[in-house]
Amino acid sequence: MAFSLGRMLAELKIYARGNVRSREGFFFTLVFPIILILLFGAIFSGGSSGPSTVYVQNLDGGQVSTAFVSALNSTTAVVLRPAPAGVNFSQYLSSHSSTDGIVIPQGFTTDFLSNHAVNVTVYGNPASTTSAVVFGITSEIVNSFNLHGSTGVIGVSQKTAVSSSYKYIDFLVPGLIGFAALTSPMFAITNLSSTYRRDKVFKLLSLTPLTKTEWLMSKIIWYIGTTTLSFILMSLVGIYVFGAHITLNWGIGVFLVLGPFFFVSLGMLVGTISNTPESAAVVGNLVTFPMMFLSGTFFPVQSMPMYLQAIAHVLPLYYVIDGLTQVMIYGNFGAAYFDMGLVLAISLVTFALAVKFFRWRED
Amino acid sequence: MSAIEVSGLKKKYGSLQAVDGISFSVKKGEVFSLLGPNGAGKTTTIEILEGLRDKDEGTASVLGLDPWKSGYDLHKQIGVIPQGFKFLDYPTPKEAVNYYATLFGTKVDADQMLKRVILDEAKNIWFQNLSGGQKQKLGMALSLVNDPQVVFLDEPTTGLDPQARRAVWEVIRKLKAEGRTVMLTTHYLEEAEVLADRVAIMNHGKIVAMGTTDEIESKYGSGQRMVVKAKDDLLRYLKENTKLEVDGDGSTVTVFLRDKNDAMVALGAIEESGAGWDDLTVRKDRLEDVFLRLVGETGDEEAGAR
Ligand SMILES: Nc1ncnc2c1ncn2[C@@H]1O[C@H](COP(=O)(O)OP(=O)(O)O)[C@@H](O)[C@H]1O
Ligand SMILES: [Mg+2]
Repeated sequence: MAFSLGRMLAELKIYARGNVRSREGFFFTLVFPIILILLFGAIFSGGSSGPSTVYVQNLDGGQVSTAFVSALNSTTAVVLRPAPAGVNFSQYLSSHSSTDGIVIPQGFTTDFLSNHAVNVTVYGNPASTTSAVVFGITSEIVNSFNLHGSTGVIGVSQKTAVSSSYKYIDFLVPGLIGFAALTSPMFAITNLSSTYRRDKVFKLLSLTPLTKTEWLMSKIIWYIGTTTLSFILMSLVGIYVFGAHITLNWGIGVFLVLGPFFFVSLGMLVGTISNTPESAAVVGNLVTFPMMFLSGTFFPVQSMPMYLQAIAHVLPLYYVIDGLTQVMIYGNFGAAYFDMGLVLAISLVTFALAVKFFRWRED
Repeated sequence: MSAIEVSGLKKKYGSLQAVDGISFSVKKGEVFSLLGPNGAGKTTTIEILEGLRDKDEGTASVLGLDPWKSGYDLHKQIGVIPQGFKFLDYPTPKEAVNYYATLFGTKVDADQMLKRVILDEAKNIWFQNLSGGQKQKLGMALSLVNDPQVVFLDEPTTGLDPQARRAVWEVIRKLKAEGRTVMLTTHYLEEAEVLADRVAIMNHGKIVAMGTTDEIESKYGSGQRMVVKAKDDLLRYLKENTKLEVDGDGSTVTVFLRDKNDAMVALGAIEESGAGWDDLTVRKDRLEDVFLRLVGETGDEEAGAR
């Protein structure tokens, strides 16, 4: 009964095809993650659709710089807020949870009038559309000033602003990825294990050379795929709609593999230890629902009361989401290694138990 | 060597003795049918032979293998359609056959295979949209992918319309013509009669009769019977005035004929009774008559249905 890649892939192919053809499969893989992030992002990010706030530090104060600021102000796409001249602008931005700002240097008016080259600096987050808009607008206004005066005097330089104060959306993205890694395999697999038993599909499969390990592996691979897809979709929405800060690195990949690996195994374990489809659903919900809400999916665990935090720390999903948060936001691999190790260990145990207790046939 | 060998087989579910010490053997190339009402223990028996269930007592061997212990090897040589065959919702028959072929590591021409089970017209329809008969035929195709020597069919035509039933029968006949051993369970008398070389009638976990249809009819039948269309007044008259063995259901009266003299007595008595009658026939017991006698009409109202 050696593991056969060919059989595993055949099983993966027929399962994938079923998911692509079924409406539920399509909905839960592609539409649901987007709805989730739009919904929670919109509710908790406090309406991001209005004009974005841009801080302007005018270190010059002369007549040209004043005209420049009012030109910026006349565009409706941005709302300008003055920043005091004496502060470190970069720090000022992050303390205001913003990444977008413009600095007009000292001597701007004099340089402009005497045809000396001078630069305005645009701060922004390269991953954010807002920053792109601010940069575009600034460049346009610079162009019009250059046309009216002597050409090519004003330049635009860009600086990356890294906000050290994180926004809700930054926590929401890893939380929702964890949510997707949990719910889609758990619900699908517990449901599958009971309907397959009812319809005797497992009996049928037991009559073929397909092994339980091959069957389970094919499901794990499929859900690694869908979770990765959810990750891509939710990250894109998070970044481009809500200006989330996401750092891409290999650590994310580790959790995109471990999460589904664990939850497919857990779903199968739940499905097999319960005798009837009804009890499988009940046990499945008992396992899934606390994790859905208490593991940091919708709110950072740190913001919850202490006793709920204590509960969170025994929920496996907490470590998936914490690990994702560590690598995606803080780039803190030290903490993430612990999460990876822990999730890997419980995944291996759960997988082994699922294969052991999962029976094709009865005695 | 027999293809299937069963001796003293028993299986209990809790306190229910589902299979109660049955023995039979099936020769290679034979079509053998377990015939019995619902709950007789047919599925339990066939699942034990397929290696899907463990037995409690007795011995069972298929192609010389213990089905439970050597299931993984046995399954490469047998084909199975479980009762109420269901598959995944979305594959088409063609995809399903190719999937099975990969699982068994064999090369199969899916189109050819589907033609063999008369399903080529539906080969690209999702399983969930196939008719009952088409689903059953896909079950046949899948069970044949590994070119099995023995094919197990558990109630292959239950719930099918007569036309679909006949199509499935045609495929079963092909299996026999190809020299495969077929074990078939059914609660339709006609199915066993038409398809099987030998039949075992099963009731309450026991085999109550076994042999070819002819053997069963002559061994368990009461021989000739006279059936006449008449009301119960004739039945009463015959009971009171003759020593004949009689039975009636309100619209027909049956006289079981032990010898030729019984026939003469019966005719005379019917004439003397003055009761109204019509449509008198004399015929041999059929499998149906034996079945109803051994299993009882209460067993399953569908059992005698044609
Ligand atoms: N898994 C099971 N657990 C408990 N009882 C069962 C089980 N399977 C079948 N039975 C019972 O065993 C008896 C025989 O069932 P079965 O073998 O399915 O008969 P058949 O196939 O002839 O209808 C029935 O009374 C049925 O209710
Ligand atoms: Mg049955």
